[in-house]
Amino acid sequence: MNKDKKSTILIVDDSEMNRSLLSDMLAEDFNILEAENGAQACAILQEHELEISIMLLDIVMPEMDGFETLAMMNNKGWIKTIPVIMISAETGSSYMDRAYALGAVDYIGRPFDEHTVKHRVMSNHLLSVKQHEMAGILSDQVYERERDNRIMVEILSHIVEFRNGESGLHILHVATFTEKILTRLLAITDKYSMTQSDISTIVNASALHDIGKMSVPDAILNKPGRLTQEEFEVMKQHTVAGDKMLMDIPYRSNEKIIKIGREICRWHHERYDGRGYPDGLKGDEIPISAQVVALADVYDALTSKRVYKDRFSHERAVEMIQNGECGAFNPLILQCLRDVQDDLKKELHEASPEHSTEKSMREHVEKLLKYSGSDISERTIRLLERERMKFDFFASLSRDIMFEYVVSPEMITLLPFSAEYMELPEKIPNPRKSELSERVFMPGDFDKLMSRLYKTTPKHSIVEDKYILNIRGERKWNKVVVRALWTETEDGEPTLEGAIGKCIDITEETEEIQQLEVLADKDPITNLLNARAAANKISKLLAKAGDKKFALVFFDLDNLKRANDKHGHLFGNQLIKAISERMLGNTRSTDICARFGGDEFVIFMQYGEDSLRHQVDRIFKCLTKELNGFPVSVSMGIALSDDCDGNYDTLFHMADQAAYAVKYGGKNAYKFYRELSSTPLADDGETK
Amino acid sequence: MTIQESYARMGGNYDDVVSRLRTDDRIKRFLLKVADDKSFAMLCDMLAERNMSEAFRAAHTLKGVSSNLSLTRLYDSACAITDALRDKTEYDPAVEPLLERVKADYALTIECIKAID
Repeated sequence: MNKDKKSTILIVDDSEMNRSLLSDMLAEDFNILEAENGAQACAILQEHELEISIMLLDIVMPEMDGFETLAMMNNKGWIKTIPVIMISAETGSSYMDRAYALGAVDYIGRPFDEHTVKHRVMSNHLLSVKQHEMAGILSDQVYERERDNRIMVEILSHIVEFRNGESGLHILHVATFTEKILTRLLAITDKYSMTQSDISTIVNASALHDIGKMSVPDAILNKPGRLTQEEFEVMKQHTVAGDKMLMDIPYRSNEKIIKIGREICRWHHERYDGRGYPDGLKGDEIPISAQVVALADVYDALTSKRVYKDRFSHERAVEMIQNGECGAFNPLILQCLRDVQDDLKKELHEASPEHSTEKSMREHVEKLLKYSGSDISERTIRLLERERMKFDFFASLSRDIMFEYVVSPEMITLLPFSAEYMELPEKIPNPRKSELSERVFMPGDFDKLMSRLYKTTPKHSIVEDKYILNIRGERKWNKVVVRALWTETEDGEPTLEGAIGKCIDITEETEEIQQLEVLADKDPITNLLNARAAANKISKLLAKAGDKKFALVFFDLDNLKRANDKHGHLFGNQLIKAISERMLGNTRSTDICARFGGDEFVIFMQYGEDSLRHQVDRIFKCLTKELNGFPVSVSMGIALSDDCDGNYDTLFHMADQAAYAVKYGGKNAYKFYRELSSTPLADDGETK
Repeated sequence: MTIQESYARMGGNYDDVVSRLRTDDRIKRFLLKVADDKSFAMLCDMLAERNMSEAFRAAHTLKGVSSNLSLTRLYDSACAITDALRDKTEYDPAVEPLLERVKADYALTIECIKAID
C-alpha cells in the first residue's frame, strides 16, 4: 500500500485498549480515527464521510451501540460507501446475520489476531476500492439481482407458509438447520463433493421445499384432523408438483438453484431406508440436499406447535429423531445433528442476551426503510436520474428563470442558466436577505411572495403573480409561478418542505398589450384619441374633478366636403392632419384632443376662470389659419364642466348644441353654451 | 522476569498471545495498559453502588481486555462474573464469591505484570 497516501480507517470501540491494539496493528497502513461510541462515530462520519475508507465497529458500547450505529449509517446512506467490519466476541451467527442485514461486510472476532485483523481490513478495503471502480455497472446489477432473488424466494416461501398456516419462521429455521448440518458434514467427511458455495445454494433452495403445496387443496392442506388415505395421497403429490413447477420454469433448467430446488422439492419426503415417497429412493440415491432438508423439516415440525400437536422441546425432538421415531436418516447426518445440537438450540431457540433490543431495532430499521427511503434501490436511483436528465434537458431549452426553494435550511437554488442570466450564484442561502430579494425583486416583493407561499395548502399549492424584476440592469415584468411542495409527516400533518418555481418574462407581452390598447384608442389618421377613448378619459377626469374646472370644446370643419371635392381626398386627409397638429400644438399634454370621426373634433381642457375665453380664442384662431391657400373654417361650441353635474354625455351635448348654433348662425365662429339664449336640451337631439 | 515467565505465573497463555500479537514489544506495551485500565476499579465501584448495568459493562470490558492479552485465568473469572451480571437489574449476593475471585486473579495478574523486566 502506498504509504504517502494512506487511506483512513475509523475505529469505533468503547475500550481504549481495543482501540489502541487495533490502531497499533493498522497504523502502518492506515490513518487512524477513533471513536468511543456510536454517537461519536456518527459525529465523525458527518464531518469526514468522504475521507473514511473503512470502519471497524464494536457491538456493545454505551450511548449508541453497534446496531444503532449501523441503522444510523443506513439512514444517512453512509453504509453505501463505507465498508463496516464488526468487532465481536460474540460469534453466534444470528448476531452477525443482524449486522450483515444492516449492511456490515465482515467481522473480526475477539481476541484480536494481528494477521486476521490486517487481512480482513485490507481485503475488505481493497474490495471496496475495486467495487467503487466498477460502480454503476456490474456490482449494481449483481447486487440488485441477488437481492431481488432473495426477496422473490422469501415472498414465495411466505406465500406457501401463509397458505399452510405455518409460522413465518419455518423457512428460516429449515435454512439455518440445513446450513449447520451441511457445514458440519463438510467438516467430517468428503464423501459428498460439496463446496461452500454449494452449501449456500442448497440453503437458498431449501426455502422452496414446500412450494408444491400450492397445488394441494386448502381443505386437505389445513385439515385439522387426520387425513384419509385418499387425502394423504393428494398431499403426497406436493413433492412431485413442486419438482414440476421448477422444471416448467422456461430456460432456467440448467441453473444450479433450480436443479437443487427440484431435488429438494421432489425428495424431501424420501426415507433413507427406502420407505418414503414419491419415488421410494434409498440411501444415497437420495441427493444429500434432500436428505438434510428432510431432517430439517422434521426437526422444525417437531419443535413447532401445529394444529394437531403441541411443540416438543429441542432435546426431546433430537432424541425422537435419533431413536428413529420420526423416520429413517443417514447415520452421517444424524452424527452431524449430535455434533451441532447445542449450537442449533442456541441459534434456533434462545435469543442471545443482547437480543432483547433486536425487535425494537428491527422495527426501527423497518421504519427507516419505509419512511426515509434510505434503501433506495439502484433501480430507483436510475429512474430518478433519468427524470433529472429529462428535467435538465427541458430546462436547458427554456429561457425562463427556474428555481427550487427549500424551507430548512432556507435556500434557493437557481438552475445554471437562470443563475447566469440573473447574474446571481446558483445557491442562495438565506434568500430573504440576499441579492435576490434586495436587488432583483423590488423592495418588499420577495417577502410578499414568501408569505403567499406559506399561506398555500396541499390542495391549493400554486401562487402566481406579476412582479418587476431587475435583471441585468433592466426592469422586467415577470410572471412568477410557484408551486409549494407539501409533504405529510408520519402523524399526518402537512408540512411545507419547499417549492419550485418559474419566472416568465412578460415585459414584451405587457408592452405589446399596452401598445395594442393605445392603438385601439387612437384615430388612425391623426393619432388623436378616438371618440370612445376620449369619452372614457373625460368621464374619469370628470368623476374626480373636485374643484377643477374643465371645458369641452367641440367643433367641426365647415368645408371638408368642399376641400375633398375641389382638391381630392388626399388633401382632405391632409387638412384633417393639419387640424390635429394645430390642436396638439395649442393644448397642454394633460388636455385631451380627440377626433370623433369625419370632420368632428373635441378638445377637453382644464381652465382658469379668467383665462378661458382667451384660451378658446387662441385655439380658434390657430385652427382657422389657411392651409396652402385653402381657407379653413370651423364651427365651435364650448360647454363647461360646472354645468354638467359630472355627466360627460350632458357636457358633450351642450358643446354640440353650441356648435350647432354656430353652424346655423353663419359658421366659422365659436359660441359658449352658456351664451345660447334658450334652447332646451331635450329638443336638441331632434334638430340635429 | 521475562514475559513468558510472567505469563506462566499469572496463568496466562503466552503462546496464544504471541501468535496473535506477534511481538514481545507489543505484548509488553499492552500489558502495561492492563495495569492502567480502569475497568476493574469500575467493576468494584459499580457493584458497591449497586449500578448493575454499569457493573456489567465494566466486567465485559475487563473480559475483553484479558482476552486480548490471553490472560486466561483473569479472563475466566471475568467471564464468570460477566455472565452472572448479564441482564441483572437487582444486586444478587451470589456475585460476591465471583467478585472475590476476580479480585484475587486481578491482583495476581498485576503483580506478575509489574514484575516483568
